[in-house]
Amino acid sequence: MQRFLPLIIVVALFAIFLQMMTDGDRNPNEIKSVMVGKPVPTFTLPAVVDGEGELSDDFLKSGRPMLVNFFASWCVPCRAEHENLMKLANEHGITIVGIAYKDRHADALAFLDELGNPFRRTALDRDGRLAIDFGVTGVPETFVIDGNGMITYRHWGPIVGDGLEAKLLPAYEAAQ
Amino acid sequence: MSRLFTALIACLLLTGVAFAVAVDEKPLEDPVKEAMARELMKDIRCLVCQNQSIEDSNADLARDLRQIVRERIAMGDSPENVRAYLVDRYGDWVLLEPPVKPQTYFLWASPFLFLALVAVAVARRRKAAPPAPLSADEEAELARIMKEKGEDK
Repeated sequence: MQRFLPLIIVVALFAIFLQMMTDGDRNPNEIKSVMVGKPVPTFTLPAVVDGEGELSDDFLKSGRPMLVNFFASWCVPCRAEHENLMKLANEHGITIVGIAYKDRHADALAFLDELGNPFRRTALDRDGRLAIDFGVTGVPETFVIDGNGMITYRHWGPIVGDGLEAKLLPAYEAAQ
Repeated sequence: MSRLFTALIACLLLTGVAFAVAVDEKPLEDPVKEAMARELMKDIRCLVCQNQSIEDSNADLARDLRQIVRERIAMGDSPENVRAYLVDRYGDWVLLEPPVKPQTYFLWASPFLFLALVAVAVARRRKAAPPAPLSADEEAELARIMKEKGEDK
């Protein structure tokens, strides 16, 4: 037994590394959010779409779950996921709040004019401080908020591929 | 030649200084607080480039975090408070030096554990009983082999 111990250790390590390497869900760039399970931060920000009025955290505590999506007109992956956001809003009837991260008002507005506006409400996070309060590491990121304004899930990166059906929708269902 | 070498080393040292100073933002007026903020920035990990501190990083988010660090230090926050503020949002991950707590006991203890393992292995090998003395037959066999070898030469 003792003479096989080194071999057993090497094989065990190899198995662990192989498992980690082939785990499709593992993204070394993704930092697990510690905001999940915490209430949304308090804020008041001006809207992107004129006439909506200021957006505050009160809107996120309306009693029903919703999504909060951080996007930017300068962000390329945001374009990639936009179609899915439109689908979530129009086909699934999900309320999405859009926060334009470090964007100019006119640029964010032009982005929504060009690709369509899936957002029930919008806000302009000009200096990116709200994103930091949400623990955002880069756009796009999407948060699932339950009716009480608690963050229940954070989707890192664009909602593309099977991210919508396999991750985001189940997380939204769970928040209901 | 050695003068050239010295000059080269001096150049390298100077570039180090140049990179360490972020030129894109205004330092705090109080040099003590600025030094405190700078010291803290070295411990905060950039969330975009990940293995750089926010002091070293050129990422946008790192610049924003530097500004937050300066603002809070200027407001009179202690470095611990600023650290807690960032950990609240980004988790322990944002600290370049992981804190000592139950989840990280193994991490911090592992070098000592491995050292102990090696020490045990070495001690066991040292202690291993010396081989039993050769029997008379074995001695004869050995003598024969040695003699054969001697004749080959």
